[in-house]
Amino acid sequence: MMLTRESLLNWAMIAALLIVPVAAWSLDEPFIITLATKAAILALAGVGLNIALGLGGLISLGHAAFFGIGGYAMGILAAHAQNYEPLFEWPFLFEGSNQMPLIWLVAVVFSALAALVIGALSLRTSGVYFIMITLAFGQMLYYFAISWSAYGGEDGLSIWVRNEFPGLNTLDPIQFFAIAYVILCLALAFAARLARSPFGLALAAARQNEDRVQAVGLTPFTLRLTAFVISGAITGLAGALFADLNRFVSPTMLSWHTSGEIMIFVILGGVGRLYGPVAGTALYILLEHLLGGISDYWQIFLGVLLLLIVLFARGGLIGALAGREKAHG
Amino acid sequence: MADVVLKTDALNKSFGALQASRDVSLDLRPGEIHALIGPNGAGKSTLIKQIAGNLTPDSGTVELLGREVTALDTVARARMGLGRTFQISALAMEYTVLQNAVLGALGGRGRVFHFFRNVMKDPELLERARDALERVGLTDDANRRTADLSHGQRRQLEVAVALTLKPRLFLMDEPMAGLGTAGSKALTGFLDGLRQEAPILLVEHDMDAVFALADRISVLVYGQIIATGTADEIRANAEVRRAYLGEEDAA
Ligand SMILES: Nc1ncnc2c1ncn2[C@@H]1O[C@H](COP(=O)(O)OP(=O)(O)O)[C@@H](O)[C@H]1O
Ligand SMILES: [Mg+2]
Repeated sequence: MMLTRESLLNWAMIAALLIVPVAAWSLDEPFIITLATKAAILALAGVGLNIALGLGGLISLGHAAFFGIGGYAMGILAAHAQNYEPLFEWPFLFEGSNQMPLIWLVAVVFSALAALVIGALSLRTSGVYFIMITLAFGQMLYYFAISWSAYGGEDGLSIWVRNEFPGLNTLDPIQFFAIAYVILCLALAFAARLARSPFGLALAAARQNEDRVQAVGLTPFTLRLTAFVISGAITGLAGALFADLNRFVSPTMLSWHTSGEIMIFVILGGVGRLYGPVAGTALYILLEHLLGGISDYWQIFLGVLLLLIVLFARGGLIGALAGREKAHG
Repeated sequence: MADVVLKTDALNKSFGALQASRDVSLDLRPGEIHALIGPNGAGKSTLIKQIAGNLTPDSGTVELLGREVTALDTVARARMGLGRTFQISALAMEYTVLQNAVLGALGGRGRVFHFFRNVMKDPELLERARDALERVGLTDDANRRTADLSHGQRRQLEVAVALTLKPRLFLMDEPMAGLGTAGSKALTGFLDGLRQEAPILLVEHDMDAVFALADRISVLVYGQIIATGTADEIRANAEVRRAYLGEEDAA
């Protein structure tokens, strides 16, 4: 395999994301491990969005919906389990769950279903209308969650003990980090394969030229809807992990601020660059941490940075460091 | 099998007060090149779009391979075997030349919903794509970015992508435009042989090419076909000379 500058950079980033928390662990700095875990989880959300945004060209401002559904999947299942209140009794007795694998499965299935419905309706439009409709769906779920008093309404749901993963102690920060890190790596590997697959070729072609794709007998709508569902499912999985990290889920996870943040991770790192979300999230969390200590208005700096990237460095951080993207192949 | 591959019956299409197609009836027979000529704005591209399925006619029907397709969309018509080149190149500009050709091969073959295997290592698709590139003379440019191609090379790639579909008929909207004399000549020679594989409905401005190639020529003026016939018949047609060829002589 030829090592391009971009792939070297990618390796360096993914190694750094592992080395920093391991070093923090040996120095007994759990806070840094938690920051790295947060970075890995948010990067995962970005990897999900990047499949729709980068590969498919679908500017979704509604990905908080999937992130939040993932979060609530964890919150609801775990809340029932910790309170010994059955979630349902028919067709079989189900008392909720504190097992991560099951929680993830539920998070993925429900966020994929939501993406299927939201995508099927909003992909009939394009451009600004698509942005507005995805935004509207996200906000709809946000207001629904606020009024859903059975699950905490505005206050959200707190979980006392982090959920379990067979064979691991998830309360140990480094072990929980390991879970998030491995899932991120798997998602990156999946996204890399997807981009090179027959489906990825057709999807990215539909972004570049819809007429061409139709003229060779492929339907852009179906390609995009499939991408949207995959994208929503990955972001939903990230939501479940994020809620587990905080042991808390609230409507904030569903708000358009969250959608905007996930999009910012992708843009900062580089839209359509495989490791863009990793770079973007790391940069975001560093800035938040460093500048946030200096000034409460650190987001102004973030805004200026975003503006500079959009105007002058379309490839984001990765584009600035590794140059123009090589057409994949 | 139908004795005509394509047939339009009394197509009408208006844009507001402007009637871009008036009762257009034409057909395309196996093995032929049917050229469609006419001055700029005559409605040639509008007709092509109705045949390909991008535009719905106000009235009239389109028949493809013996089946009425007026209500079918572009994708369905492409799948039936309609291979089309666009007047303004419609290619994936960020892709390499080879990737565009592989995209065509993928569309032609189907099985697009595969998420894991590397499409650029699929021997069947690569062979189909490379074969098409070779036929239009783009083999040496296979790994160049499409955006970096010259205008003429993009036209060639349009034709190559249509070839990868192995279509039952070709619709070509001004494939020679901007090719230059040598390029036009080469493409003329190529299309000459191509008609054996699948008939071609050819919109073209290059009169040398049209008269050299066409088995039949239809002349479109103000949205209406004023004559259809062999090259000699069209040259001799008084109305055509007055309405179209005459204009060129005078110019
Ligand atoms: N979408 C459209 N809306 C309005 N007018 C159009 C549209 N498409 C084409 N026309 C008009 O229809 C006429 C025929 O155009 P076109 O089919 O492109 O001509 P040709 O390809 O023969 O040069 C022109 O006058 C053109 O301006
Ligand atoms: Mg035209």
